[in-house]
Amino acid sequence: MMSNIWADKKSRQTIIQIIVIVVVLSLIGFFVRNTLNNLELLGREASYSFLFAPSNYDINQHLIEYDSRSTHLRATVVGIINTGLVAFFGIMLATFIGFVAGVSRLSSNFLVNRIAYVFVEFSRNVPILLWILLWHGLIVHNMPHPKQAIAAYDFAFLTNRGIYMPKPLLEPAFWGVVVALLIALAGAYIFYRFARQKQELTGEQYPVYWVNGSLLVALPLLAFWLLGFPAELEYPVFKGFNFKGGLVLSPEFIALLIALGVYTGAFIAEIVRAGILAVSHGQTEAAFALGLKANLAMRLVILPQALRVIVPPMISQYLNLTKNSSLAIAVGYMDIVATIGGISLNQTGRALECMSIVLALYLCISLSISAFMNWYNKRISLVDR
Amino acid sequence: MDKQAHNNGMHQELPPPKMQVGFAGWIRKNMLSSPTDVLLTVVSIYILYKIVPPLANWVFFDAVFSGDVKHRNECREIAAGACWSVIVARFEQLLYGFYPVHLRWRVNVTFVLLFVALVPLLYDQVRGRKYLLWFTLFYPAFAFVMLWGGLGLESVESSKFGGFLLTVLIGVTGIAVSLPLGIALSLGRQSSMPLVRLLSICYIEFFRGVPLITLLFVASTLLNYFMPPGTYFDLLLRVIIMVILFAAAYIAEVIRGGLAAIPRGQFEAADALGLKYANCMRLIILPQALKISIPGIVNTFIGLYKDTTLVVIVGLLDPLGISGATLADSKWQGLSTELYMFIALGFFISCFAMSRYSLYLERKLDTGHKDQ
Repeated sequence: MMSNIWADKKSRQTIIQIIVIVVVLSLIGFFVRNTLNNLELLGREASYSFLFAPSNYDINQHLIEYDSRSTHLRATVVGIINTGLVAFFGIMLATFIGFVAGVSRLSSNFLVNRIAYVFVEFSRNVPILLWILLWHGLIVHNMPHPKQAIAAYDFAFLTNRGIYMPKPLLEPAFWGVVVALLIALAGAYIFYRFARQKQELTGEQYPVYWVNGSLLVALPLLAFWLLGFPAELEYPVFKGFNFKGGLVLSPEFIALLIALGVYTGAFIAEIVRAGILAVSHGQTEAAFALGLKANLAMRLVILPQALRVIVPPMISQYLNLTKNSSLAIAVGYMDIVATIGGISLNQTGRALECMSIVLALYLCISLSISAFMNWYNKRISLVDR
Repeated sequence: MDKQAHNNGMHQELPPPKMQVGFAGWIRKNMLSSPTDVLLTVVSIYILYKIVPPLANWVFFDAVFSGDVKHRNECREIAAGACWSVIVARFEQLLYGFYPVHLRWRVNVTFVLLFVALVPLLYDQVRGRKYLLWFTLFYPAFAFVMLWGGLGLESVESSKFGGFLLTVLIGVTGIAVSLPLGIALSLGRQSSMPLVRLLSICYIEFFRGVPLITLLFVASTLLNYFMPPGTYFDLLLRVIIMVILFAAAYIAEVIRGGLAAIPRGQFEAADALGLKYANCMRLIILPQALKISIPGIVNTFIGLYKDTTLVVIVGLLDPLGISGATLADSKWQGLSTELYMFIALGFFISCFAMSRYSLYLERKLDTGHKDQ
C-alpha cells in the first residue's frame, strides 16, 4: 500500500509538499515563540510607537527640515532621501564611466584599450567597501585644511571637510523658468512627432536635433531674462576656521559617490562591451552596405540591438549600486541603515522593529525594480516568427 | 649596364615597406591609424604621464620600506612617499589577527593543505585524483580541528581570528556550502510542486532583495531574539551562516539561468530513457546547466569573497578591522592609503586569479555546440 502511494507521482508530490510545509511552519513557529519569550523576558512588546518620539540626534546632511527634536520617523525619511540621493548620482556616474570604459575596451587603439582594461580589472576586483574607505581616507587625510583650500577658479573649494560650491538661491519667479522648460519639452516632442510623420510620408528630413536642442536651451534662457534673473548664487565664504554658506558636499558623500560610481562603472563597462560584441558583424556590414554613415549605423542599427542585451543586466547593476550604498555606514554617511538601523536602533534598543523597517524598505526598492525589469524584458524580447 | 639579377618577366622580391611591418608597423597600425587614433594616443599618453610617474614615485621611489621605522613622523622625515613601515609593523596581524603567535603554524599548515584539497577539484587530470578527493572530503573537519583546536590541540577562541585568515575562512566556507544549497534552491524554483516553488521563490527574492550588511546586522543584533533564551552562539558562526544563506540565493538565480537554457528535448530524452528525477538531474541536466552557468557562479564567488570585508561593520577583525585598529594608534594615524592599498592588492590577486580560472574552465568545457 505504502509503496503504491509513493510510486504514484501525484500522491508522492503531495506527501513531499506536506512534509515541507510542516517543517517550514514549525521552524517559523519555533522562531516566533522564541521571539515572544525573549521579548517577555525583557519585559516589553514589539511596538512601533517609538517612531513618533524625538530622535535626539543630528544628521549633517538633510534635504528636508530636520533637527534633533524631530521624530525617528522623520530621521528615517531623511535616511531614505540620502540613500536616494547618493544612489541617483551614483547611477549617473556609473553609467557614464561604464559606457566610456566599455567602448574604450573595444577601441582598436592599443593604449586606450589597455588603460580601460587595467581600470576595469582593478576597479571590480577590489571590494567596494575598500574603495569607499580608500577614497574617504584620501579626502580626509590628504586634502588641505579649509585655510589652504584648493580653489577652482574661486568657484569651488576642495578641502578635507568636503567640496564647497556656490548654492543657487531661487526666487519664487524662478517657477516661470521651470514652466518655460516644460513648454519647450512639450514643443520639442510635438516637433519630433511631426518630423517623423513627415519623413515617413514624404522622406523629407528636418534637422530635428538642432531645432529641438536650441528650443530646449533658448526658451528657458529667454524666460530667465524676461523675469529679470530670478536667481543668484550664494558663494561660500571663509570665516574663522571654515567656509560658511554655499553648497557643501561632505567627504562621506563624495567618497561614497566616487567609490560606487567607479566600482559599478567597471561592471557596466563589461556589460556594455559584451552587448556591443553580441551584435553580429553582419549587421554592421549590412548597415554600411545600405550607405549609412558610421554614426548613423551605430545609432540606428547597432545600438538598438546592443541595448536589448545591455539594459537588463545594467538595471540589476543599478539595483546592486543602491544596495551597496548601504555601506555608507562605514564612513558615517547617514542613509537608511545609518539612521533607523543605526543610531535610532542604538538609542531605543528596539532592534527587532528597526531592522524590520530597514529590511522592508530595501525589499520594496528591490521588488519594484525587479517588477519593472520583468515588464521591460517582456516588452523588448524578440518576437519569434 | 649591370647584369640583370632576375629572369626576364620577373621582378626581384622587394622587402615589405618599412612602415608596414615590425615595430614601426605595429605602432602605426595600433596607435596612429587615423587622425582620431592619433588624438586618442596623445590623450592616453597625457593621462598616463599624469598618473603613472607620481604614483610610481609615491609607491616605490619616495617610499619608506624599512621595518625599523616605528612612527609615522620618522617616515615623513626620511621621504615624502608612502610609509610602508606600517605594513611591516602590522604584517602578522594583517595575516592572522590575534591568533596566538605560537600556534600560527597551524594556520599555515591548514592554508597550504587547502590547496592540496583544492587540486583534485580544480584540475581533473591530476594523478591519484581518487585519493586526493578522499582528502578533500575530510579536509573541512581537519581544518576545523586545526583552527579551533580540540582532539589534544590547544583550543583557540574565534574572537582571536582576524586578518586575511578570517577573509579566507569565511570566503572558502561560504563558497563551499552555498553552491550545493544554491543548486537545491534553483531546482526548487523549477519544481512542479507549487509549494516548494513558492517557498524557493520567497527565499531567493528575500535574500536578493536586501543588502548583505542588513543581514549581518540581523545576525549580530536579532539572532538572539530568535533563539531559545540563554542560547549563545559565536558571532563568527552567525556571520558565516548569513553569508552562506545570502550567496546561495544568488547562486540559485545564476543556475536558474543555466537550467532555462537547456532545451526541453533533454528533459524528454531523460524521461524516455526511464531515468528518475534524481538521476535525470545528476546525469543529464545539471552537468549541462552548471557548465553554462560557470561564469556567473565564479562571479558570485568573487562577489562573496569581496563581501567578506563587510564583517568589519559588525565588529569582526578582518584586514579592514585590523587597519581600523592600526589607524586608531597615534603612531600610525593617517596612513590609511598605505593600509588600504596593501589590502586591495591582496584582494585583487585572489579575485583576478579566480576570474582567470573561470576563463580557463569555460574554454576547457566548451564542446563547440554553441552556434555562432
